[in-house]
Amino acid sequence: MSMILFLIVMVIIILAAAIYAILQKDLLYAVLATGVISVILSIFFYLLQAPDVAITEAAIGIALTTIIFIITIRNTTRDEDEYTDNHVEKFSKKK
Amino acid sequence: MLKKYIIFALIAVLGFYLASTFKAIPFGANRLGDLNNPETVSAFYLQKSPEDLHVANTITAIVVNFRGFDTLGEVTVLFLAVTGLMSILYRKEEEETEERLAIPSSSLVRTGAKILFPLILVLGIYVFVHGHLTPGGGFQGGAIIATGFLLMLITYKTFYTNHNVMTWLESIAGLGFVAAGLYGLIVYGSFLQNTAWTGNLNDLISGGLIPLIYIFIGIKVGTELTSVLDTLLNIKPRKK
Repeated sequence: MSMILFLIVMVIIILAAAIYAILQKDLLYAVLATGVISVILSIFFYLLQAPDVAITEAAIGIALTTIIFIITIRNTTRDEDEYTDNHVEKFSKKK
Repeated sequence: MLKKYIIFALIAVLGFYLASTFKAIPFGANRLGDLNNPETVSAFYLQKSPEDLHVANTITAIVVNFRGFDTLGEVTVLFLAVTGLMSILYRKEEEETEERLAIPSSSLVRTGAKILFPLILVLGIYVFVHGHLTPGGGFQGGAIIATGFLLMLITYKTFYTNHNVMTWLESIAGLGFVAAGLYGLIVYGSFLQNTAWTGNLNDLISGGLIPLIYIFIGIKVGTELTSVLDTLLNIKPRKK
């Protein structure tokens, strides 16, 4: 019974993190939310008796993908609005 | 107008041959479940991998032996992705790298990274060397090794990976995989066919070519992901 409760809480956290990642305008926090999704997913894979996939998800999903996104954010812009607004203005001026 | 009819005729011919091909496949027949029925696929794998191949980890037996050609394709996909990324982003090393870190890391982080780095490397090597005994394998081990290098790259300004060594390791690993496949083709008559000698179940050196191929995959994936991270981290940040 406590196991089922644990799983329900985990699923709720995954959903909340996914919705947060979509709605958040600060991209750094959005990327960290996807990292949280990966953590819980790797726990799920382990509980579903797929340790191979759990190791892969832990190494690639949590560490490498998050870091690659963070490097990309560092080299572009951190704020979602600023980037899109500038480009919309440029695009409309050209027309 | 005539063009349209020709296209329709071609599609009809293609569809006819596709349909007649797929007709021969027994869709809907239960070939997966039911472990007691030796006709099913899962029972075949579970029975064959300990008995014939002497591999304790059935998933490894499937990935490297029964479906070895797919794994070669996956490795090629990763190789192509890394090649594309490097061809766009790679720069020569003489451009300075001190802009890699915005804030220098504290001595606590540096000492911790120095202690953790060899342990992470050993864990990665363990995962891909024991791929046929315990969960994990080449891809997992390679990714763990890449995270170890990532830790050093984002902690130390002066840490760098030698691109020539990376290139050579990666090429030799890729060639080794293909050579192991060709060995099976030449000696036993089919690509990636395993050797007749497979050792004993649960031994470190068992399973014929499987551990060798997984070591090659581990080295290949590890070097590729490490070079991707190294290249990405050495891009200059955009001037604001």
